[in-house]
Amino acid sequence: MDMNNLIHMANKIGIFFESQPDHDEALKGIAAHIHSFWAPRMRIQLLEYIDQNEVTSLTPIVLSAINRHRNDLQPHP
Amino acid sequence: MLDTPKDHGTPRRISEQEVTLEIDGMQITVPAGTSIMRAASEGGVNVPKLCATDSLEPFGSCRLCLVEIEGRRGYPSSCTTPVESGMKVRTQTPKLQSLRRGVMELYISDHPLDCLTCPANGNCELQTMAGVTGLREVRYGYEGENHLDLKKDESNPYFTYDASKCIVCNRCVRACEETQGTFALTISGRGFDSRVSAGTDQPFMESDCVSCGACVQACPTATLQEKSVIAIGQAEHSVVTTCAYCGVGCAFSAEMKGNDVVRMVPYKDGQANEGHSCVKGRFAWGYATHKDRITKPMIRSRITDPWREVSWAEALDYAASEFKRIQLKHGRDSIGGIVSSRCTNEEGYLVQKLVRAAFGNNNVDTCARVCHSPTGYGLKQTLGESAGTQTFKSVEHSDVILVIGANPTDAHPVFASRMKKRIREGAKLIVIDPRKIELVSSPHIKAAYHLPLKPGTNVAMLAALAHVIVTEGLLAEEFIASRCEDHSFNQWREFASQAENSPEAMQAVTGVSAELVRGAARLYATGGNAAIYYGLGVTEHAQGSTAVMGIANLAMATGNIGREGVGVNPLRGQNNVQGSCDIGSFPHELPGYRHVSDTTTRHLFEQAWGVEIQSEPGLRIPNMFDAALDGSFMGLYCQGEDIVQSDPNTQHVTAALSAMECIVVQDIFLNETAKYAHVFLPGSSFLEKDGTFTNAERRISRVRKVMPPMAVYADWEVTVQLSNRLGYPMDYTHPGQIMDEIARLTPSFTGVSYAKLEEMGSIQWPCNEAAPLGTPIMHVDQFVRGKGKFIITRYVATDEKVTKKYPLILTTGRILSQYNVGAQTRRTENVQWHEADVLEIHPHDAEDRGIQDGGQVLIRSRSGETVLRAKLTEHMQAGVVYTTFHFPESGANVITTENSDWATNCPEYKVTAVEIKAVAETSGWQQNYSRFTLNQQALLDQAKPV
Repeated sequence: MDMNNLIHMANKIGIFFESQPDHDEALKGIAAHIHSFWAPRMRIQLLEYIDQNEVTSLTPIVLSAINRHRNDLQPHP
Repeated sequence: MLDTPKDHGTPRRISEQEVTLEIDGMQITVPAGTSIMRAASEGGVNVPKLCATDSLEPFGSCRLCLVEIEGRRGYPSSCTTPVESGMKVRTQTPKLQSLRRGVMELYISDHPLDCLTCPANGNCELQTMAGVTGLREVRYGYEGENHLDLKKDESNPYFTYDASKCIVCNRCVRACEETQGTFALTISGRGFDSRVSAGTDQPFMESDCVSCGACVQACPTATLQEKSVIAIGQAEHSVVTTCAYCGVGCAFSAEMKGNDVVRMVPYKDGQANEGHSCVKGRFAWGYATHKDRITKPMIRSRITDPWREVSWAEALDYAASEFKRIQLKHGRDSIGGIVSSRCTNEEGYLVQKLVRAAFGNNNVDTCARVCHSPTGYGLKQTLGESAGTQTFKSVEHSDVILVIGANPTDAHPVFASRMKKRIREGAKLIVIDPRKIELVSSPHIKAAYHLPLKPGTNVAMLAALAHVIVTEGLLAEEFIASRCEDHSFNQWREFASQAENSPEAMQAVTGVSAELVRGAARLYATGGNAAIYYGLGVTEHAQGSTAVMGIANLAMATGNIGREGVGVNPLRGQNNVQGSCDIGSFPHELPGYRHVSDTTTRHLFEQAWGVEIQSEPGLRIPNMFDAALDGSFMGLYCQGEDIVQSDPNTQHVTAALSAMECIVVQDIFLNETAKYAHVFLPGSSFLEKDGTFTNAERRISRVRKVMPPMAVYADWEVTVQLSNRLGYPMDYTHPGQIMDEIARLTPSFTGVSYAKLEEMGSIQWPCNEAAPLGTPIMHVDQFVRGKGKFIITRYVATDEKVTKKYPLILTTGRILSQYNVGAQTRRTENVQWHEADVLEIHPHDAEDRGIQDGGQVLIRSRSGETVLRAKLTEHMQAGVVYTTFHFPESGANVITTENSDWATNCPEYKVTAVEIKAVAETSGWQQNYSRFTLNQQALLDQAKPV
């Protein structure tokens, strides 16, 4: 799927949660949202993109959220 | 037999005090305030009447309902005289009969005596009253001055006005005022010259009449008569069903002659509409038998091939084999389904079941994705349930009505009439909308505040309103303390009170003066029962879900939730948007809004369905398009939805469909999506099947089959057969069994059944052991989620920026006479009101660009360009242009972009940066579209009979 679009979507989710006062909750919220609403193929692609690129277009909060909750974002076997 | 509820003559009164009186020797007890006429009627005594009908306030003009009251002089009219305790009334005496006969004699002396050839013959109150009063002669003769030669007004496509038959009872005028609230009719002339007149003695079509049919419904004679009745004659039986247009969900009595609809009459006992209707539901049903209906299944290998008519068996075998082939080649998750919110609950349930059980994945979505998915998300997060909180009737108790991003007079007209009635009674109105919509100023309606914000700034506006409420001490502290989460409230209060959210700070963003915003906030917070009504002008934004949560915050902060007259009310676009979401059409949720990762719920369905269900969410509609373009989504079962016309960035959508290997479209017409399809399965209209729709107030109502399906099968039967061929057997023989299954598996539906719907008429969910009769008002004692949760809703500007290259904002919407993609209404006489989409533009913007009213203009966005005719209007604010998307050749969605709501991917239809210029030719896209459509029509014409 279009990686730029996935990045754009993830960053938009990040913008919403960034305004929430509790940073840890915000990171959890970003990951939970992506986990709840993104099909596995979208999550896999996003994770692979992060793995393959040292510098990403993801905003820092989204990157932090994904890195912290990476296990939760892995599709179930 | 016709199902016609009894007309009690005057409206029902509600009072805790009861009054007992004697009518014709019978003791009758009714609520105080009831008229003698109604009391008599409820007791089984029918007082003659002509100007009275129970949908209208009493008028007392016809003098037929005179009665005698013991101890009183004269003969008061029973419709205008309220009951009193101990009153003794006589309705039938020789004197009364004589008086009534005299009145009838006068009426008939100026009435054409053509009963045998009159279209109302057999259904005429005047004729009936002549019989009741025993009229046998007219002593005055018929030669005197009369109105018999008056010309008929046949300008309206759906009804005639025959002034020669008018008895000047005022029922039509009162219906236009009281029921519809348009005030298009009046009585012109005085004395003998008095006649009903549309506008200022204009033909109906040139007047302000909106063709709702209330006047026709109220007319006791053939003066205002449906043309279909004139053409076909009176119906011989009727079936009560639910309208398939907007989310109001009006009940109608389909009056039938055999399998032909004679007319659709709004059903008085319908709990959503209480006997009212709009031009679409009342009259625009002819599409159901339009010549464009396709009633034979068709297949083809490529979309450049001619269609081939085949048997149902061959079409379904082919569709199933293609889906299996694609899954074998591209994997289990390479196919999916889309079901329209126009389909019934049962059909939606079956499609999602087919996808989850037969396809074996969760790639199912509904067109609610592109309209109200943010409502589902936002209300679930804050209140705990993805649904509106009230009944429509609740508005009768509102003191303040806040309408944001909705245009009810056009998109939800029957509810708008109800709302306007309450405003005429004194409720205050706040309108937040970029356009000066009809509600802002119309006869006897004037908004106390119109906040004409710039498109895309709803969240900023909601933050500013919240700021005023928080900083001016207007919070409902007690409600918040007892009903809401402390922690989230405290955080929200701090956020709302920040200076950056003040109306003064937001003025530059919204374009609305701080003073107006402060006034509106104060009114909403302190004006009594305050209700918020919102529509797609809230949801179809990059911050659609944020705005929904902002609305819920306001309602909680002011304690306007959990009782009559208040609440958060999403006005759903299509008839079954609420239902399609309820029954699991979203890729991440099973019926009842339970996430697929919820093991307990999933196991419940796995046990019932005998299959394993994936625990991961499937693809949403926009994701399906992206996946098609990358080669991982290759097959689609699309029931009743026209994604090519209704989804944003048309060229992206058609590229995605063109990349797929098999598209199966099930529809009543060869819609725009079907032009990209490989299998066409003929659908059935709402008149041809049984099922249920759930309207915007969570009201589940029966859809009843009134004629056999034109293509043999109802839609649910087709899904069953497809599933069977895919190796997942379904054995339903009636939609009632499907509802029983939904009820067994869904906690909020456990009390719902067709038997109960028959008994109650309709049911508002939740309906279960805790609420066996349903739930009219939600969150009464506590929120569904326990404590209400405030959520911080910071305004973030959309990416769709206005620039020098694209200096205007395009926003899209609907109009009264057309519906959604227009597939239905374009195939009716409604085109007389709206035959093409136009671009509305402020005169200043037009002048700057040398654009004339009616001239062709090119609209160019970052996505594409199209050409429409310009309509100059000051209802637009400068800098904003507007169009509708009812005609495919308009290409409104060629212009809209793929920007979408951050939470749900609901498209940002309401904000597209554009430039416009006067041109002489249609756009390149439109020229390609014309060629493609002609080509597809030729391929359809080549379809050979089976």
